[in-house]
Amino acid sequence: MKSKSIRVDTLARVEGEGALSIKIKDHTVTDVKLEIYEPPRFFEAFLRGRSYREAPDITARICGICHIAYQTAAAQAMERAFGAKVHPQVRNLRRLIYLGEWIESHALHVFMLHAPDFLGYQDAIALAKDKPEVVKTALDLKKVGNDLVILIGGREIHSINLRVGGFYRMPTKKELLPMVDRLKWARDAAIQSVQLVSTFNFPDLERDYEFLALKHPKEYAITEGRLVTNRGLDIDISEYETHFQEEHVEHSNALHSVHKGKGTFFVGPLARYNLNYDQLPLIARQAAEDVKLGRYVKNPFKGIIVRAVENVFACDEALRLIEEYEPAPKPFIEVEPKAASGWGATEAPRGLLYHRYTTDEKGLITSAKIVPPTSQNLRTIEEDLWQFVPPRISLPTDELTWACEQAVRNYDPCISCATHFLKLKIENER
Amino acid sequence: MNGEVKDPLLVIGIGNDFRCDDGVGLVVARKLKEKLGWNAEVIETEGEGADLMAQWQGRETVFVIDAVSSGSLPGTLHWVDATTGSIPSQLRTFSSHRFGLPEAIEVARSLGLMPERLFVCGIEGANFSYGTDLSQQTSDAVGNAVERVLREVEASFAAAL
Repeated sequence: MKSKSIRVDTLARVEGEGALSIKIKDHTVTDVKLEIYEPPRFFEAFLRGRSYREAPDITARICGICHIAYQTAAAQAMERAFGAKVHPQVRNLRRLIYLGEWIESHALHVFMLHAPDFLGYQDAIALAKDKPEVVKTALDLKKVGNDLVILIGGREIHSINLRVGGFYRMPTKKELLPMVDRLKWARDAAIQSVQLVSTFNFPDLERDYEFLALKHPKEYAITEGRLVTNRGLDIDISEYETHFQEEHVEHSNALHSVHKGKGTFFVGPLARYNLNYDQLPLIARQAAEDVKLGRYVKNPFKGIIVRAVENVFACDEALRLIEEYEPAPKPFIEVEPKAASGWGATEAPRGLLYHRYTTDEKGLITSAKIVPPTSQNLRTIEEDLWQFVPPRISLPTDELTWACEQAVRNYDPCISCATHFLKLKIENER
Repeated sequence: MNGEVKDPLLVIGIGNDFRCDDGVGLVVARKLKEKLGWNAEVIETEGEGADLMAQWQGRETVFVIDAVSSGSLPGTLHWVDATTGSIPSQLRTFSSHRFGLPEAIEVARSLGLMPERLFVCGIEGANFSYGTDLSQQTSDAVGNAVERVLREVEASFAAAL
């Protein structure tokens, strides 16, 4: 047969550049390369010499979608470095604003970015023409998340209210209460979205992944916990770099993360669901059971259902946190900077986000390391494609290209954290 | 925003200050804020589509300023009246996961969420690498972009009288 190559070219317009290349010869995949350039490298250098106070606001600029994840991880890393412990209500308010980010991010990905693939639409534009009610619901759901972030964070992106030690200002309970009815609506909409996306046809792909996520003894982990995998790893976040490392690969400016001596691993909604299912509230587990999702999900295409289930959780948990909310006596605690190292890890919508900082005695940052979720999944995505393409090798190139793009989208590669634009170009080779 | 009276005139600058020419939309928006004062609301955003739709819904006249990479000469202005037509294909950027300005315009059109008038001012960039400085060609186009928007604002006001 003619060899063919699937090429997804780099198109540099804004932050983040990505490219995908798959080569096929004689019905065999001969090469898969996912090339991503990662902005966090730039930020790590940028942070050196800056005050610990600036870390949350500087790192928030890495991403316009999951800025709360960055701010929270950075603030918590500094608090850990300086031995500060925030008030329980400060902790809960962080979790609440983080849930707002999950709701908006998941709503965007499930409906606007990934659903069109499954429904056979070229993009959300085509979906909106055909099923306006679906897109309208998605936008309304996303807006509930946005408004929760604005209410607590002060503005839509790059919130101005988060800081090392807590918040500049904590909202009153009265200010949060108007969100209650909207979150109840959103929870119902999320349950319906679980039902909708579960009816999609899911390409056959299951692999024996090593899933990595935070685990907390009392809750579905988002802002804190230990790092656990389905293969028995159970470590403090400070041990992350002992077990996981980023390797330079020749074809890419990006570093690929691996579990040392083990291989690839998987972070994100599937990892969280599989490792922390029992901590989902009943209403989210019921939504999953109603569509027979199963207790353990190994097909990455079903990540769209898991995201929808996580949104049921996010709305329900936000309602619980608002109900139990009272402002802390002080919105933040002062920290005493010193020469120290601190670690922060949180569950960004796309998966584990890891921060590590070292500071001098004045609290100036001497080194920083940031590992976003997408870079941890890069090699896993490549491995998926190695397995995904062979059974579909006879498909017309455009259909195969579409299917491969859909497979990449399973991981919701982050707009700003890693890949941004992927322009498709197909070339047939002799 | 519930129940809040919105300015009829909205200027949205899209971009990223840390990616050289990608920040040109923000630079133009800031200059327009100086020129227009209280006559318009000027906001800056990274250009996430659903947020754009939420911002312009219910407005009378909206100007969106954004950097473009279409292969034209750096500094070229691309002016699109999105009220009456779609974004030309050469100005669209294809993406695996992006829901950005072109998608937001077309989805808003389908859902009836467009403002009364929506203009897009695209400025061709040359350099989108890391950094905070505009390239010379793009920087030279800032004044023209500001003038072009101001002319259209005057025309809109004149039409409204």
